[in-house]
Parts: sequence; structure tokens; C-alpha cells
Amino acid sequence: MIPELGRYATEVLSAYVVSLALLGGIVAWYWLRARAARSQLDQVEQRQERNE
Amino acid sequence: MSSFWEYANPRKFMQTTDWLLPVVAWSAVVVTATGLIWGFFFTPDDFRQGSTVKIIFLHVPSALMAINAWIMMLVASLVWVVRRHHVSALAAKAAAPVGLIMTMIALFTGAVWGQPMWGTWWAWDPRLTSFLILFLLYLGYIALWAAIEDPDTGADLTAVLCLVGTVFALLSRYAAFFWSQGLHQGASLSLQSGTRVDWAYKAPLYVSMAGFALIFVALVLAGTRTEIRNRRMKALVARERMA
Repeated sequence: MIPELGRYATEVLSAYVVSLALLGGIVAWYWLRARAARSQLDQVEQRQERNE
Repeated sequence: MSSFWEYANPRKFMQTTDWLLPVVAWSAVVVTATGLIWGFFFTPDDFRQGSTVKIIFLHVPSALMAINAWIMMLVASLVWVVRRHHVSALAAKAAAPVGLIMTMIALFTGAVWGQPMWGTWWAWDPRLTSFLILFLLYLGYIALWAAIEDPDTGADLTAVLCLVGTVFALLSRYAAFFWSQGLHQGASLSLQSGTRVDWAYKAPLYVSMAGFALIFVALVLAGTRTEIRNRRMKALVARERMA
């Protein structure tokens, strides 16, 4: 399925693999941070509602 | 008609991005995948560069967004400095890691493209050097936000750093125009007439550029929402302690 990349296969494939890994990494990091922030805020808001 | 400045209100920003973020995020996935699959699988080898020409679909969009991210941070920082809107400062903060990753992709893909074409991974060329400085500025900007506890002071100081760094962001974009020495060629895409890149490459390149821009917007929206939530949580915890 991979196209014939000839003698530059290593360069082209490494460019794609590393770039997609970096993009995937930052997307995962932002998603995990968003999930953690949402759950922590929910906890604090629920605690305050109970105390009021 | 609603004013743009309404989005300085965190509640309004959260309401709007609640439906906007999934739309932008899924568009980013579809458009980026289309551009990269088209570029990687369905473009011919260049007569001179061989298959390395396929690196253009990563290198040009990431380099473009590395610079544009800094320009966006500049605009958001200026809005903070002039109008003291917290959401704009938080948007600038959320954009920095994305800009850093875009710079890293541009530097890495440039190096692996340069090695077979120029015979070297790196040269102290004006455009490459200004890009390396931009990378260091991103690191400094992120470190400065992390080092300062008071968010308003952090926003003020990072805004100053952003203003200074803009020189290098602009230099990264225009270095190739006014410094003719160096290995890096001139702009691949230009509004001036004359074919620099064939449409066989240009069409997927434009799609890929749109995809990277959408990735940037989606991540900045998501990051800003997280920063707003974190700030609200800190305010609630501080209020709890005072009660």
C-alpha cells in the first residue's frame, strides 16, 4: 500500500512518522488536560454546592 | 449583530466553543487526513527531488503555522495589554505549545529533507537560524508562564516577550526575501505570477495547510477552555479558603 519511495524512503517515512507522533502527542496532551480540568472543577463546584 | 468583544466574557466563550470546538476538531481531522493522504499516496515523485518532495505536505504547513501561531499570540497579547481581557491572555498561553510543536515539525522535516538535497542536516542559513531562535522563544515563553504564579503578572511579562519575539517570527517568514545567501530557497508559494510549484503538488499542499490551520484553531480553543476552567477552579478554591 505504501508508495514506492525509492532511496529516500527512510527520510520521507521518518518525516511522516515523527510529525504525526508530535501532532498526536499534543492532541492527547490537550485532551487529557481538558478532561482533568473539567473533572477537578466539577468536584470543587459540587463540594461548594453541598456546603452552601 | 453580536460584537467580537463579547467573547472576552469567559461564559460567552465557553458557550460558543461548546458547539464550535467539535465542528472545528472534526474538520481538522478530515481536512488534514485528506491533505496528507493525497500528498503521500497520490502525488508523483519530483524529477529532481524524487520522493522527498512528499515532505512538503508537512514542512510548509507546519512552518506556516509556527509563524502564524506567534502572530496570533502577539495579537492576543496586545488585546490583553490594551483591553485587559483575560480570555485573550489565556488564548495566547494555550497557543504557545501548539506553536512549539509546529516549529519542531518544521525543523525536523526541514532537516530530513535537507540532508539528501543539500548534503547537510543543518546550515546557519538566515531562515533556518531565525526558525531555531523562534523555537527557543517558544520554550522561553512557555517557561515564563510556568514560572510566574500571579496570572496577570504572567500575562504582562509574556506579552512583552511576545512583542520582542515577533521580530524573529517575521524574520523567519521574510528572511528568504531579503537575504539571498543561504541554502533555503525562496518562498514556495507566492501571489506573484510564475509557476514555482506544480498544481499536482500545490492542490494537496493547500488542503494540508488548511488542515494544519484547523488543528491549530481546535487546539487553541480546547486549550483556552482548559485555562478558563483552571482559573475558575483556583478562584473557587481561594474563596473556599477565605470563607
